[in-house]
Amino acid sequence: MTPDELEQIAEKERAAQSECATELRVCVAAGCLSCQSDKVKDALDAEIRQRGIGGCRVKGVGCMGLCAEGPLVSTSKGKMYKLVQPSDAGAVLDTFDPGTQDKILPAHLHCPTDTPFFQSQQKIVLENSGIIDPERIEEYIARDGYSALMKALTEMTPQEVIAEITASGLRGRGGAGYPTGLKWSTVAKAAGAKKFVICNADEGDPGAFMDRSVLESDPHRVLEGMLIAACAVGAQEGYIYVRAEYPLAIKRLRTAIRQAERLGLLGANICGTRFSLHLDLRLGAGAFVCGEETALIASIEGQRGTPRARPPYPAISGLMGGPTLINNVETYANVAPILRKGGAWYAGIGTEKSKGTKVFALAGRVKNTGLVEVPMGITLRRMVFEIGGGIPEGRQFKAVQTGGPSGGCLPEAALDMPIEYESLAKAGSIMGSGGMIVMDESSCMVDVARYFMDFCMTESCGKCVPCRVGTYQMHRILTAITNMTATPKDLAMLEELCDLVKHTSLCGLGQSAPNPVISTLKSFAAEYKAHIEEHRCPAGVCGIDAEGDKA
Amino acid sequence: MSRKKLATVWLDGCSGCHMSFLDMDERLIELAAKAELVYSPLVDHKEFPPDVDVTLVEGAVSSEEDLHKIQTIRARTKCLVSLGDCAVTANVPGMRNPFPVIEVYDRAYRENTTLDPGEPNEVVPRLLPHARPVHEVVTVDVFVPGCPPSAGVIYEAVTALLEGKHPDLSAKTRFGA
Amino acid sequence: MTQTGDIKTLKLDGRDVSARADETILQIARQNGIFIPTMCELEGLSSPGACRLCLVEVKGSSKLMPACLTHAEEGMEVTTGSERLVNYRRMIVELFFTERNHVCSVCVSNGNCELQSLAQKVGLTHVHFPYRFPGEQVDASHGRFIADHNRCILCTRCVRVCDEIEGAHTWDVMGRGIQSHVVTDLHEPWGASASCTGCGKCVQVCPTGALFEKGRSVAEMHKRRQFLPYLTLMREGRE
Repeated sequence: MTPDELEQIAEKERAAQSECATELRVCVAAGCLSCQSDKVKDALDAEIRQRGIGGCRVKGVGCMGLCAEGPLVSTSKGKMYKLVQPSDAGAVLDTFDPGTQDKILPAHLHCPTDTPFFQSQQKIVLENSGIIDPERIEEYIARDGYSALMKALTEMTPQEVIAEITASGLRGRGGAGYPTGLKWSTVAKAAGAKKFVICNADEGDPGAFMDRSVLESDPHRVLEGMLIAACAVGAQEGYIYVRAEYPLAIKRLRTAIRQAERLGLLGANICGTRFSLHLDLRLGAGAFVCGEETALIASIEGQRGTPRARPPYPAISGLMGGPTLINNVETYANVAPILRKGGAWYAGIGTEKSKGTKVFALAGRVKNTGLVEVPMGITLRRMVFEIGGGIPEGRQFKAVQTGGPSGGCLPEAALDMPIEYESLAKAGSIMGSGGMIVMDESSCMVDVARYFMDFCMTESCGKCVPCRVGTYQMHRILTAITNMTATPKDLAMLEELCDLVKHTSLCGLGQSAPNPVISTLKSFAAEYKAHIEEHRCPAGVCGIDAEGDKA
Repeated sequence: MSRKKLATVWLDGCSGCHMSFLDMDERLIELAAKAELVYSPLVDHKEFPPDVDVTLVEGAVSSEEDLHKIQTIRARTKCLVSLGDCAVTANVPGMRNPFPVIEVYDRAYRENTTLDPGEPNEVVPRLLPHARPVHEVVTVDVFVPGCPPSAGVIYEAVTALLEGKHPDLSAKTRFGA
Repeated sequence: MTQTGDIKTLKLDGRDVSARADETILQIARQNGIFIPTMCELEGLSSPGACRLCLVEVKGSSKLMPACLTHAEEGMEVTTGSERLVNYRRMIVELFFTERNHVCSVCVSNGNCELQSLAQKVGLTHVHFPYRFPGEQVDASHGRFIADHNRCILCTRCVRVCDEIEGAHTWDVMGRGIQSHVVTDLHEPWGASASCTGCGKCVQVCPTGALFEKGRSVAEMHKRRQFLPYLTLMREGRE
């Protein structure tokens, strides 16, 4: 494969696409698929064939974002249809079939795209999502896919690649926000005969599905990012650690790897250079803690997936003791556009310390739940009320939870804060991997804290004492508070445990497990007080009635 | 000089801590000069009196009666002392805690009884779900672990408390000592 | 291995001390008579840094560092016993006691138990967190030894000694979080284990009465673990 050959594939694919006047794109990512979008696709296909409409074809694509209104169908002309059922195939086709164009589309199918949900987004990671067929490498190549790899291999030195990533200001999208360029250069400089690249696709935060969407919608983008990374740091072997609960993502990744290998974009002597990379999948067996890098490495090695103390960091001594680069799916997905358009271009987006865009999975009590990509620095208020469309049923906003079980709940007062790593941390939450759960007045914040503590307790690996027993004790107290049986002494104990677990736990899971409690204690202290002193749940969630549901 | 009011009580325990208390031997006479024993299994007082200065509690809180007693005692005592491991940790009485109360009753009153098997329904107080350390039920001021704490440790604790001092016993006794 | 001349000087609780670069803060502290409590760590075995008792403060680091895994660095300033650390350690020891059913008065290791003596060392007179009182199993299927999970603190010394020294890897950890347990083979009765050599190293390194010899009654189990450093030393010498 040479740059010219790659361009030929792209040209051929573009030519084939231009023959087709209208392309009907049906989302076949997990969200819409669960509403039987595959049947919608078949129905549209059958309808086109029956009507004999020329220059028109149907294809399955990745996520379009507005998951709340799926199954979604869009056209290459920019129209979008929501809540499409197989029986709606005729109505959808009526709108652009020359014979029936004057027919009015039933209102429930019409999905306007001039709304803030679509207009406020800026897509880099998701630039191909919902547009290309994730199971065809040619479509990815037609949209400049693998051209960044070509550039890295033929026009740039590894140092220049790392310099470009550093210049972009890209930071780890897994949650901690470690500067990606710095990580790459550490691994590049680390001594070791055999180096590794790992993609962390063990997405496990409740309510988060950014990585799944990227893998299902545009898997080659992640492969290209890993290839560039491997070439920059000098790795010959790589692993994608993806959770087994993502069967579709796994299937599409496997297809993508096979396709890339066939074209010589992956494997030995890539593009005729001395650079080789062998990629393999490893499936996570359902432990949240395996998203922690040292636990993930242990799991790939076939050990029990428990974290170990750092240092040494994986960049120095990781998989099989070799220098190892671990990045998250979304981080890798940003790499190719950065190399194509330059680090300076990427650094022009976002805020001073948080560059580029971030994908969020918007969930909970907002009208438009789904997947969005926004420039860093956008306010939480715009996220919730403009993009999210506000709270349904005229209810009052109460809190937004970011960062999953490691994050915190931010109240109304924090809504005007820009979304960036530092400001979120300062407000008592974290950026996290991009889960964003909106809560309204019907949510009890103590109950929310109890829910997240339950998650951390169950997902604690049990290696270190503060996390293993501390999360159990905190959960016990939170359960007592929601059962109205807690005393002020319990509350003092809870605060004491928060401090202990946060500062003495071995890994990030334990260190951040108290965050949901700390943040709700800070912003919603009155709710705790009402439960303990007045035996009353202001949101009406907890109490004797609710107990039956909980048991 | 007015003598302080001292009380001792046993809840769910083996009375070993009280035996250890008696092991103070001649020091008991010295103690009697400083304190009056106003309530104890060792003396015949029926009612727990008010305004007790120091109460030594032996045993875990296991039954409804224990719970009632300890709440009364707490209300009427200035300084409450958990004496011995049963009071401090639930110890041996707590070994039933992993089992549901019903299984405990079955083992005690049905499986091992040939004559008239069945739970007692009067006189014997009902068991609580767990035998609990005293401080999980009421506020405890001083802890004297040990099974039993030695007479010397009890002496040191009681004399210090009668003088209004807070004894530091951590170096002298421990769980299971 | 150690390079001669690779000597660091650092401050330990305000005292100037010197150390080889491959020595840990814990080793240096012990050489200088400074007590740092430990539980999972045992000389002769690898350290998992899991009990979190030996956490120390290092000037310039916002995080507490495990002394058993942190190596000496030039100019380091380490505090081993601040009020905050003492408080954390006491709470961690308390959490150990709440996790399983530790009844010292009827334990084979009463008087010879590392958890019991540690509680006394950190000045623990009672546990202010509530006890869990879980229902745990006792495995007496082995001919010579008993595993009483009521007394296990999951330090994993047995797992490591079996893997690293005996080479049998009979023990490992099963389950997650508060449900974690040490198991023999694939959670089979110890007596039925095909891999166990019956060497008893696990029993000797166990800090509590969780693993003990049959026939020992209350307070009769004395553990002998002096063999470990010698064994490691002899093996290193042979290599």
